[in-house]
Amino acid sequence: MNKNPPTSIPTRRVRQRTVLPGFGLSAAITSLMIVGLVVIPLAVLILRAASLGPAGFLAAAWTPRARAAYAVSLGASLAAAIISSLLGLLVAWVLVRLEFPGRRILDALVDVPLALPTAVAGLVYSTLYVEKGWLGQILVPVGIKGAYSRLGIVLVLVFVSLPFAIRVVQPVIESLDKDTEEAARLLGASKSQTFLRVVLPGILPAVVTGFALALARALGEYGSVVFISGNMPFKTEIAPVLIVSRLEEFAYAEATAIAVVLLGMSLSMLIVVNVLQQRLARNAQ
Amino acid sequence: MTSKPRDAATATSPLGLLLITGAVATVGLLIVAPLASVFVDAFSNGPRAWWEALAHDPDTRHAIWLSLTVAPIAVLINTIFGVAAAWLVARFRFPGRSLLVSLFDVPFSVSPVVAGLALVLIFGRQGLLGPTLAGLAVKVIFAWPGLVLATTFVTLPLVVRELIPVMEAIGPEEEMAAVSLGANGWQVFWRVTLPNIRWALLHGVVLANARAMGEFGAVYVVSGHIAGATDTMPLRVEKLFQEYRTPASMAVASVLAALALLTLVAKVFIERQLETESKELEAARAPGADTDPTTGGLGP
Repeated sequence: MNKNPPTSIPTRRVRQRTVLPGFGLSAAITSLMIVGLVVIPLAVLILRAASLGPAGFLAAAWTPRARAAYAVSLGASLAAAIISSLLGLLVAWVLVRLEFPGRRILDALVDVPLALPTAVAGLVYSTLYVEKGWLGQILVPVGIKGAYSRLGIVLVLVFVSLPFAIRVVQPVIESLDKDTEEAARLLGASKSQTFLRVVLPGILPAVVTGFALALARALGEYGSVVFISGNMPFKTEIAPVLIVSRLEEFAYAEATAIAVVLLGMSLSMLIVVNVLQQRLARNAQ
Repeated sequence: MTSKPRDAATATSPLGLLLITGAVATVGLLIVAPLASVFVDAFSNGPRAWWEALAHDPDTRHAIWLSLTVAPIAVLINTIFGVAAAWLVARFRFPGRSLLVSLFDVPFSVSPVVAGLALVLIFGRQGLLGPTLAGLAVKVIFAWPGLVLATTFVTLPLVVRELIPVMEAIGPEEEMAAVSLGANGWQVFWRVTLPNIRWALLHGVVLANARAMGEFGAVYVVSGHIAGATDTMPLRVEKLFQEYRTPASMAVASVLAALALLTLVAKVFIERQLETESKELEAARAPGADTDPTTGGLGP
């Protein structure tokens, strides 16, 4: 450790690296937005919840109705993330490895859920799966209720999370070394052995990252779910819907406490994603 | 996103056909069927009824106008933020840089409802700044500034995320050359940086705009959902649906869906431009090309 005057170290380090201007201005704009719009609001949320005290927080965040809402949220999001990851792997594989008419159109359509407002998705899904809807006509008589049920929640969550699962896996499949697969086949491995022992280990980190992204997206989703779930407490009420209904009753303390639990779940997903992506980047090198 | 498939042969094998069928069925059932049914339902009573549902309802007209105001403001703010943040992160090394980069992603993983609630806790009547704002007679929550803040929050990562990888790939050499030739900061930005990042910037702006026009959860919480005052188009879709006016709701939804399709067309076009430019960049970086006199000796 050298003993330079501490105040001059950061600026000198910056200036020595580059002659480019604009450090001060861009740092000012960036920190204003990040601190003002992200750090302070989330800190206020957490402090508000903390001001309830441990007992008060538990009383607000751990009611039977709230517990049921976390369970529905987690269960539906996990189911949706698993389905999205599997379907995402299939679609990504087909898009990269197989040539067929309409492949580019299929590739473009994958992004629809990113551009389509979630309220529109929720509205359309609920009209498709009610008794008189296009798909409901066929499915409801067989006993499959896609609207106003937990299945409905899973359906819209698959819709909103599918692009994440596909787009994370796609570039990794593109970068796979095909020679290794050919070598495995030449050495007598079957197609399924090649896939399980050679291909899968290479793309598994990406699949897991896609799963975590899909889960994080699904946990927070609100717009599409309110349309299709029916929002029945203890049955089809997810945590974000409960926050809104508490807020509309002006029960701020309870809404805040539930929001902090949900925030905790999403931020831990973010950390998982970051760790996985670092590992992914290391593997790619 | 689009690469050349390498084993086209297996597409005609039974397994290949099965996989293609599965992928097409997935996208068809989950994505294409809902999208198609928006337009079918919206026009089921004829184009006249569709037009009347949109143009003859003053609350719907107001919602369209409000969305067309709030989204561009939020996108503009995020464009300025995105360019500044990408410049900071891609051109300078400083302590806390990687923490800052991970903070950019936070709005992606926070539920929009939670984000809206956090804004209510600050700017609402009982919020931290509530009394101060009331004294100044400024309304943020249940008014358009709240809508802008909420929309800006949820779209915050979209522009900066597009710019950072492109600016890092291009590198600072051209900008440093411009500085050494006497250009000032704004000249460097307008004449060197902006032309280099224009397609990536446009890509981010298009995505941010789509998300801004469609945002529901965060906007729902801060808007108070007042028809004719704070209802944006997605909120109007929900209110009409709750009032059992599904055809009118579908009409508004069809406008949003058309916008989403337009976004995708723009996105595909921009991605093609980006691909061309990154190939040009690679060609310029090929061995032998780095004796370019403008970058010689200025690299890190």
